[in-house]
Amino acid sequence: MPKSTPLNAAHRAAGARMVDFGGWDMPLHYGSQIEEHHAVRRDAGLFDVSHMLAVDVTGAGARDFLRYALANDVAKLTQPGKALYSCLLDEVGGVIDDLIAYRFDDSDFRVVVNAGTAESDLAWLEALAAKRGGAVSLQPRRDLAMVAIQGPRARERAWEAMPAWRGPSETLTPFSAARLGDTMIARTGYTGEDGFEVAVPAAESVPLWERLVAVGVRPCGLGARDTLRLEAGMNLYGQDMERGTLPWDAGLAWTVALDAGRDFMGKAALEAAARPHVFMGLVLKDRGGVLRAHQKVSTSRGDGEITSGTFSPTLGVPIALARLPAGTEPGESVTVAIRDRALAAVVVKPPFVRAGKSLVNL
Amino acid sequence: MNIPAELRYTESHEWVRKEADGTVSVGITDHAQSALGDIVFVEPPKSGRTVAAGESVGVVESVKAASDIYAPVAGEVVAANAELGDAPEKVNQDAYGAWLYRLRPESAAAVDALLDAAAYQKIAEA
Repeated sequence: MPKSTPLNAAHRAAGARMVDFGGWDMPLHYGSQIEEHHAVRRDAGLFDVSHMLAVDVTGAGARDFLRYALANDVAKLTQPGKALYSCLLDEVGGVIDDLIAYRFDDSDFRVVVNAGTAESDLAWLEALAAKRGGAVSLQPRRDLAMVAIQGPRARERAWEAMPAWRGPSETLTPFSAARLGDTMIARTGYTGEDGFEVAVPAAESVPLWERLVAVGVRPCGLGARDTLRLEAGMNLYGQDMERGTLPWDAGLAWTVALDAGRDFMGKAALEAAARPHVFMGLVLKDRGGVLRAHQKVSTSRGDGEITSGTFSPTLGVPIALARLPAGTEPGESVTVAIRDRALAAVVVKPPFVRAGKSLVNL
Repeated sequence: MNIPAELRYTESHEWVRKEADGTVSVGITDHAQSALGDIVFVEPPKSGRTVAAGESVGVVESVKAASDIYAPVAGEVVAANAELGDAPEKVNQDAYGAWLYRLRPESAAAVDALLDAAAYQKIAEA
């Protein structure tokens, strides 16, 4: 029996087609995932992301603990409320999960982790904290619901629905958050558009959802979430990387802070590891199907594999993220095996789309 | 569920319409398009191809997934709906208008032996 978020009944009442995602009963779409996708690129869309888990990491040792536990360095976070994206790695440098860490002060952090990995992440972090000692408390916030409001008009519509949010959130720079009691408003997202991700007490989530819908924010399901994040060149855990994938092999080197002077879980293994792959985007040039995960890519340097693929509603062509032989450059022509054919595709540097604009010359 | 009474159906969610010239039009049912979601690519079989009953003859892809389409009966493909190449979303908008291909069946009796609307409804609701 999959778990339900506090918004489950609202999704069903809105006619959502529901699917099991990471053990949660979530909306796939409410009619057309392509229309939902366009709503986010052109106006504002609303996502239930309550299946993800916020974990508060507090105490005098919180900063030191996260500096060791995460591959990115929370010491980069100097302004209160500032956030960073990081991998959580194991001893051999494999990606346990990807997450966002928010810092309010050096003894007060929050990390938000993926739904399917939440339990194992929490167990991992608790074991690591116990092993390292220090004054760290990990508090999973299952009492909170989370929604994402995304799109060029997301912020103004959010303020229209929730006037009290304007004061604390109007001056937020991208990738930072403000708190208003138990509500956290973060200027983050997973779509390549401006907007907010908001955590609220579970009991407040249904009225919040209704108010946002009433001002014209369109409910969007996981289907649109996937096409939006793929166009934005953002990885999906379990698809583009998993335990056993090094950050180097998933385009995540930019999130690993290898500076001298800081040890972190997985660092030694990463420093010793070869980097045989690049992680790139593909745009299908031939007609003949849609790019999908696990399709084989043939390049002049050898074979690669698509890790996630879809049809891009914004570009009107199939696109993908792919693990390709090192040295593969944007602009190169490759072929992708789709059914019994080898179809031509071109290598591009993700993202494909940002802030409503195509970044790819078709 | 929209399952027109005058059509025939397959367990693999194709609909079959008898045309006046003795051919049949084949498409996917409203139930099938709804399950697939937004359709973005359609590849029907080419004209002139001889197909066996139950043979995989083409593909319909939504944003979410690829799904094979099957020949409901044996025969020869006499037309493919070229209009869907640039407008695959027509399958979502009008599943019973957006035929994928036309087939000249080897046997008219084989067409009559396909599922009727009531029988297909049981499958679609299962």
